[in-house]
Amino acid sequence: MLVLHCPVCGIEGEEADFHCGGEAHLVRPQSHDPENVSDEVLRDYLYLRQNPRGLHCEMWQCTRGCGKWFNAVRDTVTMEFKAFYRMDQKAPDLANFDEGQS
Amino acid sequence: MNRYSIFTLARNALTFHKGWQKAWRSPEPKSEYDVVIVGAGGHGLATAYYLAKEHGVTNVAILDKGWLGGGNTGRNTTIIRSNYLQPESIAIYELSRSLYEGLSQELNFNIMFSPRGLLNLCLTEHELRVFKRIVHANRIAGLDTQFLSREEVKGLVPLINDSPDARYPLLGALYQPRGGTARHDAIAWGYARGADALGVDVIQNCAVTGISRRGGSVTGVDTTRGKIKAKKVAVVAAGHTSVIMDMAGVRMPLESVALQAMVSEPVKPMLDVVVMAGAVHGYVSQSDKGELVIGGGADACNNYSQRGSIPALEHTATALLELFPAFSRMRMLRQWGGIVDMSADRSPVIGETDVKGLYVNCGWGTGGFKAIPGSGFVFADSIANDRPHPIAEPFGLNRFLEGRMVDESTAAAVAH
Ligand SMILES: Cc1cc2nc3c(=O)[nH]c(=O)nc-3n(C[C@H](O)[C@H](O)[C@H](O)COP(=O)(O)OP(=O)(O)OC[C@H]3O[C@@H](n4cnc5c(N)ncnc54)[C@H](O)[C@@H]3O)c2cc1C
Ligand SMILES: [Zn+2]
Repeated sequence: MLVLHCPVCGIEGEEADFHCGGEAHLVRPQSHDPENVSDEVLRDYLYLRQNPRGLHCEMWQCTRGCGKWFNAVRDTVTMEFKAFYRMDQKAPDLANFDEGQS
Repeated sequence: MNRYSIFTLARNALTFHKGWQKAWRSPEPKSEYDVVIVGAGGHGLATAYYLAKEHGVTNVAILDKGWLGGGNTGRNTTIIRSNYLQPESIAIYELSRSLYEGLSQELNFNIMFSPRGLLNLCLTEHELRVFKRIVHANRIAGLDTQFLSREEVKGLVPLINDSPDARYPLLGALYQPRGGTARHDAIAWGYARGADALGVDVIQNCAVTGISRRGGSVTGVDTTRGKIKAKKVAVVAAGHTSVIMDMAGVRMPLESVALQAMVSEPVKPMLDVVVMAGAVHGYVSQSDKGELVIGGGADACNNYSQRGSIPALEHTATALLELFPAFSRMRMLRQWGGIVDMSADRSPVIGETDVKGLYVNCGWGTGGFKAIPGSGFVFADSIANDRPHPIAEPFGLNRFLEGRMVDESTAAAVAH
């Protein structure tokens, strides 16, 4: 059973108390760089995913708590959560990821 | 290859079954092949078989990091059907289903194809409408599917809860009389034996760790058993496809998640059709051994652990109990998970990539067992002829650039 901590309201709960929203930090090209919205850029945004074997930044929603979305770093092999952080925080550097961070 | 028949069985019985030969060789990898297939699941093995059989391409190696058929092919619940919505899907799934009909004879290996009939239950008004639409789509494509009333469903499945007071009342079903099941391991073994007999090297315990390229063309693979040169490389690795394609710098429209299944203790015959219920996320069939084979929806988050989560299993059990209250006293014997590759539109990806000579066949997600023969057939043809087979063409990777989805999220929603 996965155990999560919501960085917004602070509750701890099981995975069934939360909802997984998939890869985090995807940026909608239309809002980010409206001059540069090619088919390729849109494809990358809409469909291509990192899908890593290892550390993954992903969105979760605190459905049975405060209802807010937040981000998490999780290892997709061990299923261990490594960090929880708010939506307005920057993506951690996964290449040099230090478990103490955030 | 020594053929299996009643006579070989009798002859071997006389010598106390000491004379059986191995079903395939275990060759050392050669330094170079025309085609290297990565992943010896059903799709890879079928591709190897049809490359050799239909196209005379026999200088082929198929590599697996574990044992053949140890991925999703050996972990699935073996449901076979072709009652999809889109014409492109109907074409490939029905090609596959019809190949299953003659596959035991083709491979001289009993794959135990059992077209026992398959019901997709309608438990909500929305499903009723969608499934009626699918019946019409299937009829246009010449597929034998029908819409059954609640009473007709009850006639086929007397155990089912058809009370109008149920949380999700039974409203009818989409019925494919020639849908059913087959033996999953036998598909892998049958194709492996057939491919091996035609000269294909089936190499187990050989993980691919890199894909070598020169000037935008593939030149071979790095493996845990050394470098292997290849003119063409075909990646057929289900849930591990993103990781392998990343070795060649190709990003995929895939997410890998766990899908689980479980079987009950064996009981007397109680269910002789396959029953699927998308609205509640559960489906069930009874195996020849008497076990109920039960599956449901995929887990929510990306996962390479080959283990699923308990809430997902509970959800499946709840769904099944709603439909079959009599199951409440059954004990479950085993439970397991596989890592499935979910594509953005829930349809497969078959074809070439931006790297010349690098092909991919993936995205079968929760429902690719039924597609093994057809997928292998069209993929082999595409690789041998360097152009997509007409049935494979709509499933090219370029559809994500062109916005040309083959949307099967309704027909494939839960499962298979
Ligand atoms: C629980 C469950 C139930 C299912 N039920 C059904 C069903 O009822 N009906 C249906 O149609 N489908 C079903 N499916 C889906 C079906 O199992 C898959 O779509 C299908 O088996 C995929 O076959 P494959 O050959 O592409 O992949 P796999 O059989 O997974 O084969 C891929 C192979 O690639 C190998 N590999 C991975 N990485 C490497 C590497 N680096 N080097 C070398 N080899 C590598 C793996 O070891 C594996 O053997 C189910 C799946 C699961 C998990
Ligand atoms: Zn919260």
